[in-house]
Amino acid sequence: MHQSSDNDIRNILQTVYDPEIPVLSVMDMGIIRNISLTPDEVVVHITPTYTGCPAMDVISTQIRMALLAAGYPAVKIVQELSPAWTTDWISEKGKQQLKAYGIAPPLGKVIDAIGLEELKPPCPQCNSTNTVLVSQFGSTACKALFKCLDCKEPFDYFKCH
Amino acid sequence: MNKAEQFNQLLNLADNALIIGHRCSEWCGHGPVLEQDIAISNIALDYIGQARNFYQAAATLINENPETLTGFVLPATEDSVAYLRNEREFRNHLITELPNGDWAVTTLRIFLFSTYQYFLYTQLKDSGDLSVNAIAEKALKEVTYHVKWSADWVIRLGDGTEESNRRISKAVDQLWPYTGELFPEAGSLQQQWLQKIQSVFAEAGLSVPEKTWMHQGGTSGNHTEHLGYILAEMQFLQRAYPGSQW
Repeated sequence: MHQSSDNDIRNILQTVYDPEIPVLSVMDMGIIRNISLTPDEVVVHITPTYTGCPAMDVISTQIRMALLAAGYPAVKIVQELSPAWTTDWISEKGKQQLKAYGIAPPLGKVIDAIGLEELKPPCPQCNSTNTVLVSQFGSTACKALFKCLDCKEPFDYFKCH
Repeated sequence: MNKAEQFNQLLNLADNALIIGHRCSEWCGHGPVLEQDIAISNIALDYIGQARNFYQAAATLINENPETLTGFVLPATEDSVAYLRNEREFRNHLITELPNGDWAVTTLRIFLFSTYQYFLYTQLKDSGDLSVNAIAEKALKEVTYHVKWSADWVIRLGDGTEESNRRISKAVDQLWPYTGELFPEAGSLQQQWLQKIQSVFAEAGLSVPEKTWMHQGGTSGNHTEHLGYILAEMQFLQRAYPGSQW
């Protein structure tokens, strides 16, 4: 097996994206909890965003495929539930990528999270904060649906979690 | 708790989540408006995700204790535990298997049940049972949304029009006799639950029913006629084509 480090693996995982948010890598999403590397095996510990997130199985397969394609002969994916994933683990870069993609990133840290009704996430299209909640659940469980009262566009907001 | 009791508790948690999740999934494509269709389908996914985690824990327990927990094909998996048990072996509470009815019955059931889950998981996440700690801790975050969403509907329907109030009041009468089973013994769980129900009902202009006769039987396998139909639909493929996969 070739000489390799955790960092090489992290770089490979930067190219694996969430299939439902294809601009956000699994690294920036904060779902990679640990990587351990032995001469025979790579073990990647991941944590699901939401319990029922249907993307998790696809993400596990993609991580495996990416590492196998890079020449690692054996890849083991271990799912960990605790500590539970939080949007605080999304990187700053990830938050900017979300916004550029049209999804308003979570505002603030979970501990200060206020009710969705009181939130005014800036519209990812026009930056106006004249926005209002339409539904607690957006296109996926992790998002809520808002609309902008200025540019009139609806948009997804990634909920603090 | 011995292994058999621990297993029964895991099955109760898993079966509850699977069956109410299945009921919620029946709304997919039929919701009253698109946003609510998406909301209830997302809630269904959360429930089925919880069920998967509890079934995985149950399967691990079977595989580690094959002498105590007998009658399963080994190695047990989350799928075999969910798909290859009969109605009498299911341990879900009766309230989870009742038909969806109208939107009032649907949202009230989710409110009554997810409020129970909220306080139950709050206890379980700090309990001594490592197999459920992490699942409860994780699921609690999602259940918080379910409680909020369903409470909003109960208030909106109760405090809405004459027709919406009539519907949700009827739903209270219909579902209330199925809530007793959630609390086999009086205690803090029931008190916390009742307090939350009372505060939301007060806002909705609904009254909490007087003490009434309560249905029992789900946790000992004595179900309503409805569970058999759910299982017939859910398990058909695995029964007809054993081991088939996507």
